[in-house]
Amino acid sequence: MTVRERLREKISAAFYRHGLLCASYPVPIILFTSASILACCYPLLRLPLPGTGPVEFTTRVRDYTVPSHEPQGDLGERPDWYRGPPVAYIQQVLVKAAVSPWDSTLVPVDVFRSPLGRVFSLLEEIRNHVHNDGSGVRSLEALCLQVTDLLPGLRRMQTVLPEHGCLLVSPGNYWQNQRELFDSDPDLLKTVHQHEPKGLHTSATLRDLLFGVPVKHTGVSLYSRKRVVTYTITMVLGSYDARFLSSLRARLRQLHPSVNCSLREDHMVHVHFKEEIGMAELIPLVTTYIILFAYIYFSTRKIDMVKSKWGLALAAVVTVLSSLLMSVGLCTLFGLTPTLNGGEIFPYLVVVIGLENVLVLTKSVVSTPVDLEVKLRIAQGLSNESWSIMKNMATELCIILIGYFTLVPAIQEFCLFAVVGLVSDFFLQMFFFTTVLSIDIRRMELADLNRRLPAEAGMPPPKPGPLRPREAPPPPRPSPYTITLQTPAFRNLRLPKRLRVVYFLARTRLAQRFIMVGTVIWIGILAYTDPAGLRTYLAAQVSEQSPLGEGGAGGLPPHLGGASVFPGAGGDPASTLSVLPAPAEPTPLPENQSQGHHGAPREGVPHQAQAPPLVPQISWGAEDEEGWRRLSFRHWPSLFSYYNITLAKRYISILPVIPVTLHLSPREAIETRHPQDTRHPPPPSLKTNDLPADLTLYKVAALGLAAGVLLVLLLFCLYRVLCPRNYGQNGVAHGRRRRGDLPCDDYGYSPPISEISPLLLRGHSMDIECLASDGMLLASCCLAGQIRVWDAQTGDCLTVIPKHGLRRSSSSGCWEQRDGGGVFDEDEGYPLRRRTTPRPALFEDQPDLTPLIDTNFDSQPPSHLLLTPPRDGFDFGGLVERAYLEHEPPSPGLTASYPSPSPPSGPPPQRRRSLGYIQPPVPQGQGTPDWESAVWAMELRGNLIAAGRSSGKLELWDAVEGSLRCSNEDGVSGITALAFLNNRIVAARLDGSLDFFTVDINKPLGLLQYRGDNIPPSPCYSSEDVISCQLTRSVQCAHQKPITVLRAAAGRVVTGSQDHTVRVYRLEDSCCLFTLQGHSGGITAIYIDQTMVLASGGQDGAICLWDVLTGSRVSHVYGHRGDVTSLVCTTSCVISSGLDDLISIWDRSTGIKLYSIQQEVGCGASLGVISESLLVTGGQGCVSFWDLNFGDLLQTVYLGQSSDGQGVRQLVVLNNAAIVCDFGSELSLVYVPSVLEKLD
Amino acid sequence: MADSTVVSDQQRSGSGQTDPSRGTYIAVITNRSTTLVIRGFMLFSIGVFLALVLNLLQVQRNVTLFPPDVISSIFSSAWWVPPCCGTASAIIGLLYPCIDCRLGEPHKFKREWSSVMRCVAVFVGINHASAKVDFANNVQLSLTLAALSIGLWWTFDRSRSGFGLGVVIALLATLSTQLLVYNGVFQYTSPDFLYIRSWLPCIFFAGVITMGNIGRQLALYECKLMSEKAHQD
Repeated sequence: MTVRERLREKISAAFYRHGLLCASYPVPIILFTSASILACCYPLLRLPLPGTGPVEFTTRVRDYTVPSHEPQGDLGERPDWYRGPPVAYIQQVLVKAAVSPWDSTLVPVDVFRSPLGRVFSLLEEIRNHVHNDGSGVRSLEALCLQVTDLLPGLRRMQTVLPEHGCLLVSPGNYWQNQRELFDSDPDLLKTVHQHEPKGLHTSATLRDLLFGVPVKHTGVSLYSRKRVVTYTITMVLGSYDARFLSSLRARLRQLHPSVNCSLREDHMVHVHFKEEIGMAELIPLVTTYIILFAYIYFSTRKIDMVKSKWGLALAAVVTVLSSLLMSVGLCTLFGLTPTLNGGEIFPYLVVVIGLENVLVLTKSVVSTPVDLEVKLRIAQGLSNESWSIMKNMATELCIILIGYFTLVPAIQEFCLFAVVGLVSDFFLQMFFFTTVLSIDIRRMELADLNRRLPAEAGMPPPKPGPLRPREAPPPPRPSPYTITLQTPAFRNLRLPKRLRVVYFLARTRLAQRFIMVGTVIWIGILAYTDPAGLRTYLAAQVSEQSPLGEGGAGGLPPHLGGASVFPGAGGDPASTLSVLPAPAEPTPLPENQSQGHHGAPREGVPHQAQAPPLVPQISWGAEDEEGWRRLSFRHWPSLFSYYNITLAKRYISILPVIPVTLHLSPREAIETRHPQDTRHPPPPSLKTNDLPADLTLYKVAALGLAAGVLLVLLLFCLYRVLCPRNYGQNGVAHGRRRRGDLPCDDYGYSPPISEISPLLLRGHSMDIECLASDGMLLASCCLAGQIRVWDAQTGDCLTVIPKHGLRRSSSSGCWEQRDGGGVFDEDEGYPLRRRTTPRPALFEDQPDLTPLIDTNFDSQPPSHLLLTPPRDGFDFGGLVERAYLEHEPPSPGLTASYPSPSPPSGPPPQRRRSLGYIQPPVPQGQGTPDWESAVWAMELRGNLIAAGRSSGKLELWDAVEGSLRCSNEDGVSGITALAFLNNRIVAARLDGSLDFFTVDINKPLGLLQYRGDNIPPSPCYSSEDVISCQLTRSVQCAHQKPITVLRAAAGRVVTGSQDHTVRVYRLEDSCCLFTLQGHSGGITAIYIDQTMVLASGGQDGAICLWDVLTGSRVSHVYGHRGDVTSLVCTTSCVISSGLDDLISIWDRSTGIKLYSIQQEVGCGASLGVISESLLVTGGQGCVSFWDLNFGDLLQTVYLGQSSDGQGVRQLVVLNNAAIVCDFGSELSLVYVPSVLEKLD
Repeated sequence: MADSTVVSDQQRSGSGQTDPSRGTYIAVITNRSTTLVIRGFMLFSIGVFLALVLNLLQVQRNVTLFPPDVISSIFSSAWWVPPCCGTASAIIGLLYPCIDCRLGEPHKFKREWSSVMRCVAVFVGINHASAKVDFANNVQLSLTLAALSIGLWWTFDRSRSGFGLGVVIALLATLSTQLLVYNGVFQYTSPDFLYIRSWLPCIFFAGVITMGNIGRQLALYECKLMSEKAHQD
């Protein structure tokens, strides 16, 4: 496999160089890429735009012949679809009729009743027209397009549309082409309207179909101003016979001459319809697109740890899309014309090409070390993934090539597009996306740099606030020690109900979803009820394919008239009901119907002759010439689709219209009047005749205005309800808000927002190092080694250990002992004896150790917590011993009288210790007296303070008395961490060993004389007890490297170390249960609680959740760039803070990051959880309370005036909802407001 | 789609045998049957939806014919087709993770929602191709679809159990379709292989793989949830 390896290496190297190139010259490369995309897409301009609009072609009528099927050479501009006979010829008779002269006695119905009534005679005329010449007799019946059934879904239209006969539509179809029904119809408009579909419709309506002109041009209305009724009689002819048509034209013209008509009649228009995308095809298409978007969503969701997720997701999508465009463009350039439906195959192309490579690239680049240069990161990330990218691409190309050999043209074309698309996608990934990624990463680095710069330069960090991106900047502090409360705080309080409802709505986005669902349902209903829509289509599909006969209403023989199919008596309730009044009115035109084609309707002509031509109401214009153009372009397809004839990819020929002008006399209008016509309509009100037309406009305008006003009012009310009143003057009134201003809930309960002033506990002279609490008491230890015990409730200082501390000498600047007793008080194992004697008396003859103090700290590495072994630390035991011995040897009596508090089996070091100050092996290079070793770890349980020192000594102090109760010096390595649980103490040492101690409490028998009398009994450990601390087990090599974290809970001890592992021990038998491996850096934070959840964070920025019972890793996330500094869990989430000043909140069950809070520089180390939803973090001189559910800042409590530069490093949450944090040399006790307590 | 119809019938007959294993499955992985029901319902609705959509594709192609007496023409196909497809997909989707669990080899390959979406898209594409693309002859069509289905399995599944189950179910489904057609419940416009279309097994196979993929993903999600809960307790 050397070839493979070499290939791999070469590919990797090439990618590395390419990454360097991309990251070095981002702008030119992006420009180049864009140019190439545009160049490749240029050929697309020549492609015809997709559309479904019909195309027209006009020929002359005179020499028209049906085009043949074969293309006949070059015929000029003749389109390629103009072949073969059309589906149908459309011959329209355009009728314009008016009652003239208009009489004031006429009612508005007269405008259209008698003109519409004339349609029956016209129909009769047309139907009976026979042209007879030498070749034979032709009638309409022979020429017209014979139609069969309507679609099964259109049974409702059976009464109005012809079936089984000629397709001849006119307004007369409303009345089954029967004059009697028309005459007996009391309300014509209602009859017309009752067939109209409700709601919005896209295809042509029945009214359009029957009238043949758009609705507003018909003039069939009570408010028509022109009083001209226009309609057409549409004949659909199956074959073309020029002579019949011209004779019909001549006949009609002769009967109803149009005086001023100058319509051109020499052109026929052929209209070609494209293939339509019907609903049935649309649904699968939409589904594929939905799946596509889901795919893109789920893919881009995985992009993480970048500056701008949206930007990169957009870049990824752009990459794929433009690669597809490039592919089509290139294919077109090389002569391949796409024949596939682009919209259909597009989603599949995207899915085949995929976004995977892009994601892999991002992940790989992001996971490179953060501290590298951007160029190198990009290059390294690219080269890491180069092999897999190449492999995947080769595989995909192979698969697609296999597809190419299926020899199916469609699949071949698809594969060709896919291959070119893949290659161009690879090109774009390499050039476009990589460059965008480098820009993004650089932006992130710059942002980091900007944030870190002030701290590194030693400048005071910016004021807290401006850097918090998640919330509005907190208002300027009105005064120290006050709390600024922001509006989101109400969320945490007992909310008023209306706000809860609103929040609920907002959280679940109910309104949005309802609207969406409503829209979808509406569209669905629309699509379903549309006459040319889905339902009829589907029904058509079924019935069309059914081999069994259609048994519906098709039993009737083909009717000669074509339209009058009586489905039954109930077909038209209006007409049947009005049968009774009908006979009362004599039908005036019986003779019209009986006329043959030779007997022309003579009565029409006299009327026309009588009509005064000086009132030419009827005018013919150019727009009437091709009146069908004003119809919807779906007019003809929908008409034909009712009979299941598709016009897709076919054409129809529209013949020139035959104009017919009708003038009716007022007398005739009155004669044809229905008795209800006069009383039914409102008075004509002629002078406001133009008003009603505009009235609807006014109505709409008024309604719109009213709705707008209502909306504004509603919004205003909502605003008033939701927004605080002092919205404008934010920050001024916050601190001053009084009870009355706050929103109250139903019980009149208003959250008391008091001004929290933190209680400052002063007394330490140096920075506080350790902090421990058991809820009642609080122990703190400063760098000077002084331990103070405080009452956690009141903040009183109870005890100081040692009794007389050190103070800083103002003159020399070095440490000076105020009282020598402190040395021995601290170092002595058994202070009981001395306690009985007055201390000054005992130690007044003590040597003056001040000259021995070596202030030359430079010569020695500073005692660091982790790095320096204790032996090199400040260990002055040897010097002190020498000085002590030469000054005054210890009195043997005193030494002898030391009782041995431990059983005889006491460890030898104690014994040695009692003989003098024989320290464990100590380097003697430093000539300074022994003051004491630093306290590195401290724990407080009950009344006992366990302090672990850098010298490896473990001490137990009485917290109340301040007396040393017990000491253990079994270990020599510094104690880095302590855990005190029940009666066991676990100490982790610097050398990686772990010691388990047992604290025994024995009732003293003979030692009463050593004890002070005035000491109050402590609640947990009686001061009379003799407390011994025994080393029960020492695990020497618990870890290979120093133990950094030690936590104990629920009977388990968990240690984390620099050696990247976490170990779990059982507390009872100190048995190591698990060694958890999974981090790639030292462990920096561990969390374990009573519910046995274990979380660990490491220097690699990873957070692992473990199952303590099985030792398995539950989840593993990379959360931070840099160390994880602190970890806390609640029952639902994990909160971590890192060196990147980010506080991240993770869902505990899924490991998904919920959100993160960007903090200001250098303060994110301390975390605490007060309740399930309240997080407290330490900042620069302040403590912030956060709402965990929303991630909002609730309050910020400022600890002191001069807060700059002093961060809160440790933060302990006490049981009584107070928190304690260190603040330089002071301690700060902050009581969480009572409202917040109520949460639990 | 009529094809998946038959899957359903198949599954219903086969579900009797899988019941005990389902019981243990409940006991092993989920301690609550409600999650199972929810999952089953989700799979069912996915199946119904896919059936309706793919049916439209087939209807356009005039592949299947339902005599109007048998159907009450709610939709273009018989009313029993979508529920049967839904049931089938629910059973398949539950069966796959169960078998993974039984065999003790959890499916690790590409367990992401984006991959599942890709799989569904490819499945729809295969259906699309079978409905719309004009092939020279039926052998070519069947071979192409077979290759595509195997490619689907290789791309998104790659487990032996998935392949075996897919083949078995596809064969059974084809058989039952054959029976249905033979009994005259419905028929094809242009059958080329004893009354039915020869590409049917390929489509069945692809559908089984897809539904199994979805089912596994859902089970994975649930698994995670349950284990987390168990840890909290």
